[in-house]
Amino acid sequence: MSTASVASSARAPITHDSLPAWGPWAVVGGVLLAAVALGSATEVALGVLLLLGVVLSVGVVYVWSRAVEGSRRAKDRSVTIAVTASFLLAIAPLVSVLYTVLSRGLARFDAPFFTETARNVVGEGGGASHAIVGTLVITGVATLASVPIGIMAAIYLHEYGSGRLKKALTFFVDVMTGIPSIVAGLFAVALFVLFFGPGIRLGVMGAVALSVLMIPIVVRSTEEMLKIVPDGLREASYALGVPKWRTIVKVVLPTALAGIITGVMVAVARVIGETAPLLITTGVFSSMNSNPFDGRMSNLPVFAFNQYKFPGAIPEPYIDRAWAAALTLIVIVMTLSLAARLIYRRFGTDIR
Amino acid sequence: MASSSSDAAGAGRPGGSFRRPGDRVFSGLATGAGVTILALLAGVAIFLMIEAWPAITAPAEDIPGGEGLWHLIAPLAFGTVLGSLIAILLAVPMAIGVSLYITHFAPRRLSQTLGYIIDLLAAVPSIVYGLWGIAVLGPAAVGMHRWLAGNLGFIPFFEGPASATGRTMLVVGVVLGVMILPIITAVTREVFSQTPRAQIEAALALGATRWEMIRMTVLPFGKSAVIGGSMLGLGRALGETMAVTIILSVSGAVTLNLISSGNPSTIAANIALNFPESSGLAVNALIASGLALFAITLVVNMAARAVIYRSEQALR
Amino acid sequence: MSSAKSVEVSDLDLYYGSFHAVQNVNMTIQPNKVTALIGSSGCGKSTFLRSLNRMHELVHGARVEGSVILEGQDIYAPDVDPVAVRSQVGMVFQQPNPFPTMSIYENVAAGLRLNSRRMKKPAMDEIVERSLRGANLWEEVKNRLERAGSGLSGGQQQRLCIARAIAVEPEVLLMDEPCSALDPVATLAIEELIRELKVNYTIVIVTHNMQQASRASDITGFFNLEESGKPGRLVEIDETETIFSNPANKATEDYVTGRFG
Repeated sequence: MSTASVASSARAPITHDSLPAWGPWAVVGGVLLAAVALGSATEVALGVLLLLGVVLSVGVVYVWSRAVEGSRRAKDRSVTIAVTASFLLAIAPLVSVLYTVLSRGLARFDAPFFTETARNVVGEGGGASHAIVGTLVITGVATLASVPIGIMAAIYLHEYGSGRLKKALTFFVDVMTGIPSIVAGLFAVALFVLFFGPGIRLGVMGAVALSVLMIPIVVRSTEEMLKIVPDGLREASYALGVPKWRTIVKVVLPTALAGIITGVMVAVARVIGETAPLLITTGVFSSMNSNPFDGRMSNLPVFAFNQYKFPGAIPEPYIDRAWAAALTLIVIVMTLSLAARLIYRRFGTDIR
Repeated sequence: MASSSSDAAGAGRPGGSFRRPGDRVFSGLATGAGVTILALLAGVAIFLMIEAWPAITAPAEDIPGGEGLWHLIAPLAFGTVLGSLIAILLAVPMAIGVSLYITHFAPRRLSQTLGYIIDLLAAVPSIVYGLWGIAVLGPAAVGMHRWLAGNLGFIPFFEGPASATGRTMLVVGVVLGVMILPIITAVTREVFSQTPRAQIEAALALGATRWEMIRMTVLPFGKSAVIGGSMLGLGRALGETMAVTIILSVSGAVTLNLISSGNPSTIAANIALNFPESSGLAVNALIASGLALFAITLVVNMAARAVIYRSEQALR
Repeated sequence: MSSAKSVEVSDLDLYYGSFHAVQNVNMTIQPNKVTALIGSSGCGKSTFLRSLNRMHELVHGARVEGSVILEGQDIYAPDVDPVAVRSQVGMVFQQPNPFPTMSIYENVAAGLRLNSRRMKKPAMDEIVERSLRGANLWEEVKNRLERAGSGLSGGQQQRLCIARAIAVEPEVLLMDEPCSALDPVATLAIEELIRELKVNYTIVIVTHNMQQASRASDITGFFNLEESGKPGRLVEIDETETIFSNPANKATEDYVTGRFG
């Protein structure tokens, strides 16, 4: 019995020495400052030094804490630092991307960029108005096609569906969210080539490709919103003798509307920056074309790609236009994401 | 939750024998939309198959490169898997750390906002990541490439010679890792935050530190979610096109060397680079490679979803 | 083995943010006795219980004022490590909560592994068996120690949780309505166990059930709210027999005779 007595012999007192509250953070701060200092003196990239600095401070804190507080506390402290560092490390690229796009994109983020096209532009000047119009038209067509199908499919899943069709649809909608965008583009190509022959490039082909990417996002978000409409609302409506379809149209959908709009905006934000599928479906075009059924059509992501990939003899103006297009895209995407969130906050909370 | 509403309505129409015309039309439309989506997915497979078929059946010497479809696709598949594996190796531990930070370390009133910030990483278009990779990350990584080649050159991955532009598989892997991080995090964060309060309190009441509590409850509870989320991220990395197309300096070589300027391309990047200029059988060959990519990502995604569903079921 | 200790609570006030949940509690919890805390729901007795092993502060915004002295040491003193407090004041919860991913054996060993990582297998086996015997569960599970703890019945799961708590030999064992999720047969088994456990431990049990308090406890404390929105207070604490037969306070009498709450 006595051999196995854990606690009474080795019982730790409830108080013990501990590191001062500022201790671990002082270590991290000191090591990182040293890394910055070293970074300015050597050619090794600052990022690498900071990373090594984090690893080093985890080590130092572990050893210090272990000596003072024991290994359990030491491990807890090391993990806390490592986990916090991983979060900061994860947002570092976001900060860097936003800073880069802003600082480089502003050079050509001017009026001509939004009013002129790239037609007959060699070297400086020109704009991307044709690409912006193209992006709006292509994404608009894709949205018009995806939203009704997506919402109706979500209604099927949540209000009507049962059995194997429901299970299969739920599963494959989730699987569809993982289709590579380039594959969606190839699908549009394969579909249109079959009817119009090889070499076909149309704005609407891009819209078809984007729809394949958009539909599953709309279905999933709409279904989530339908789920949080209280059943009591539906039952109250049935109790009044309102048929099920009218209940859905008049009660369920309006209640979930803010959430559904949010979901659609998120879906639009997700596909509006897609480049790969448009590169192979809409082709490259430097003039204005707002008819998705008539030939090649430019759009912002492909415009950015081509300006960057195929600059002229003096590359700077092309690269500046590429960054301005990237900045325009980021502004559109971030605005959509933020607006979606605000709409949901403002109008969507009362159905929780 | 999900089924209760349809049950409530179903009670009003025993056996579904009588339904109003309006109901019949509306439910028909809804079912039709669902079937359309399944048909669309099948259509993707079928149309790719039709257009890939000429390349699959063509004699080897007619395929670009002259050695047949397999020799065209295999090095690309190698590059695709290599880049994605780097991304996964970097992103999975990061995603676990970030999810733990958001769910169990950060002040609780901040956690929603922090999660939103991570989600913004997913909102950045891939073309922007590509431009950032070639203009910022690549050049910044040149010094490290040189250091790796100089000091760890005996490891095949860092054999060198170090690229002078940073347009390497390593940088591509890092950018892909950044891109899939929010996808993995979205899954793991959700499940970590659902760890039952009773489990957490049981561990803490036994005298566990926060980290010990996480090891006893949160991590075992979220294990399947981590696996499923990682596979979703893998699927995304395999199919990512533009970042690779822009950043990677391609020679077509099949090599494990991650830091030189001679890299294998990936299936997706190869399509994006060559499709606009291709015609005839070359187009069919590219579509065939796309079909292969579709098949690979489909399998990965289906497996990922199956794992996630099973873990969700186990939680109930 | 006997490591039971008394707990001295003085001027204890508990808050959730700006909400004052429990006001000015003073009591001495005696060693090797079962102290029952009774009172209507929302009167702060569970909150008070959770302040005895520093679980109260896990709730966002929770605050504590006053002192809880365990073995001459205030557990709310600034240099005290709450983790160390919790390993000396065990807790059993309302809902049985064995770790679902662990076997029966691993569940009992979970707390031990935290403190003494390098314990040899035979020594560990011995403590697991002793703890399961102590929780009156050994005979029922000895042949399936490797099975999942979640496969047991509710009553067995709760006894597994008790075994898990006593395996680390705490000085005090807190029980937060341990029988409220159990059927009457399982409840009686737990009550019998509580009476046996007091030989080695100081036990504090929160219960809704007055029969349970009268059957299983030596001391009973009655918590009450003057009115809703006001903080809960300890109205009276005394020998269980006195509380149920001849309480000093009118509110206590009303409560134990069922005229109230």
